[in-house]
Amino acid sequence: MFDFIISFIPRAVAQGIPLLYGCTGEIITEKSGNLNLGIPGVMYVGGICGVIGSFLYERTLGGAPINPALGILIPLISCIVGSMLMGLIYCFLTVTLRANQNVTGLAMTTFGIGLGNFFGGSLIKLTGADIPSISLTATSNLFRTTLPFAGSTGWFGQVFFSYGFLAYVAILIAIGASFCLNRTRIGLQLRAVGENPATADAAGISITRYKYVATCAGCVIAGLGGLYFVMDYANGIWSNDAFGDRGWLAIALVIFTIWRPAASIPASILFGGLYILHLFIPTGTDLAVKELYKMLPYIVTIVVLVLTSLRNKRENQPPESLGLPYFREDR
Amino acid sequence: MIHVVKRKEMPFAQAMAIRFGIIAIALTVCGVITALTTGLNPIAVYGTMIQGSFGSPRKVWILLQEVALLLCVSLALTPAFRMKFWNLGGEGQVLAGGLASAACMILLGDKVPNAVLILLMFVTSLAAGALWAAIPAFFKAKFNTNETLFTLMMNYVATQLVAFFVIVWENPKGSGTVGIINQSSEAGWLPVIAGNKYMLIVILVALLTAGMYVYLNYSKQGYELSVVGESPSTARYVGIKVSGVIVRTLIISGAICGFAGMLLVGGSAHTLTTSIAAGRGFTAVMVAWLAKFNPAVMVGSSFLLEFMGYGAGEIATTYGLNQSFGDILTGIILFFIIGTEFFITYRIVFSHKERGVVEE
Repeated sequence: MFDFIISFIPRAVAQGIPLLYGCTGEIITEKSGNLNLGIPGVMYVGGICGVIGSFLYERTLGGAPINPALGILIPLISCIVGSMLMGLIYCFLTVTLRANQNVTGLAMTTFGIGLGNFFGGSLIKLTGADIPSISLTATSNLFRTTLPFAGSTGWFGQVFFSYGFLAYVAILIAIGASFCLNRTRIGLQLRAVGENPATADAAGISITRYKYVATCAGCVIAGLGGLYFVMDYANGIWSNDAFGDRGWLAIALVIFTIWRPAASIPASILFGGLYILHLFIPTGTDLAVKELYKMLPYIVTIVVLVLTSLRNKRENQPPESLGLPYFREDR
Repeated sequence: MIHVVKRKEMPFAQAMAIRFGIIAIALTVCGVITALTTGLNPIAVYGTMIQGSFGSPRKVWILLQEVALLLCVSLALTPAFRMKFWNLGGEGQVLAGGLASAACMILLGDKVPNAVLILLMFVTSLAAGALWAAIPAFFKAKFNTNETLFTLMMNYVATQLVAFFVIVWENPKGSGTVGIINQSSEAGWLPVIAGNKYMLIVILVALLTAGMYVYLNYSKQGYELSVVGESPSTARYVGIKVSGVIVRTLIISGAICGFAGMLLVGGSAHTLTTSIAAGRGFTAVMVAWLAKFNPAVMVGSSFLLEFMGYGAGEIATTYGLNQSFGDILTGIILFFIIGTEFFITYRIVFSHKERGVVEE
């Protein structure tokens, strides 16, 4: 049993980290009143931009050993720039042009997933490389480097130290976001914007600036989840649609954690565990039942959604103006 | 000083002219992007798209069928949207309907006459779709549970449920798919009329479009749901039972999605997979919104989106590119159209300081 837990936890964590990134990003976004359903697309874009960056960099090497600093920074910066652009598109349309958030978000998801799969499938042809598939092993090894003593500390190291640096960054970002939202003036003002923009506006808070910054920051964080997925979890191998519906699961997680970034750390690991639980349940030859187990994260989310609306506690509700555009002249 | 003022209603023709203009601009931008990323001649690319969509009678019919299926899901979502109930669960409701149809075909295929079987498929798939939408609607009406997120989650529950049954009904065993259902007996396949297997779906959806137009604009229920959408408190004040209207509207919405599922399983694909809805539940949201929830305009918007997807698929095959190219182009066009709505709803006023005399 103990061995099982030791082997299960690292895999649940590895599954949970992309969700954690997506969830933290979406919480920050939703706290500003923007329901960004483009997160699944943003995560694809984050992943593919990192892949494009490091693919082009690895090609220029031509067999020379990879420079560790550049090998990390190039995909990281490409990923951040790509996801930030997605955030800017969303903000420009929904905040400046007051478009409907659901429609814009879904269009972003269509666009982002399309972009990811298009470049993932065509990068080799477009650049005229003579390799069979995108396999960024050198870059991936950099992202997967663990602490030097991780291997020598037995089960403890396996559970706590066996991850690449992006996993720890995800946890730090979640803690930082939690602190910022609950303990700082900026966080207070951000929550005010999401709850009641008219009041916040009257108090002299710039609604437009908060919405832009929060949504773009949220997109960048979510994009990093895509980068983690390709570079660390998938060993630097891009395959189309491999990321699957994790973006939607991240949005589910936002509800499950009731808009709390700190709670999203254990919750994302729990969801990661639920996502792969079917691999560990001994169902023998009955493969069908495994499909039902994959339903669990969504069922759990629905239950939480219903319970929070049933109990109707004020601090557990979605941000009051979530999904609504703000137009000062409309008041 | 720049400020933004809401327009009085813009004339319909003018608004449509602006929309068509922006689509033309968006297509040009897409052409430039295509040329930049792939190095292909954009005019040749559009030629290929048109060729791919209209090149032969068969291609035209396939395109028409796809338009009809997308339109069907869009029509389904429209009553809910008019009520400002964001039903993002079209995907799941279509799957639920498709699952019910497939269940009838597989379990009763050789036990009942074909007419009875198709009737059963019709009833069960409508019921399944309606149930899938009624659950979130009930919680919305009773406890104000967030419907956007609830319906979204129901999609994945439906996907996994279908995945479960696909394995249960595997045919042949171990293939991981149900294959073509009743391939030899064709039991439960919707009838082919006038020797054209695409015609029936197109006709049914055309009738549905007309029906939905009348329902929304000329029926008491259509009026009630618009009032609930505009202002639930007004609706309560005039004696409309808001929770009842929400559940009733979503039952209609889900049932039509279920109907789309039956058309897919019984009418076109004759199989059941988890991806049978193919994102239509989400694309339909955009179709309905682009048409401002007007069923007649939706014919055009679903045609535009299907043409983009289908034509871009043709580009991909012809030039050896990835099929997802179409999604990128669709995304760009949508961004343009979404952005344009601002200029239709609002106008920007440049005011000068010296004018600042306040009217008494």
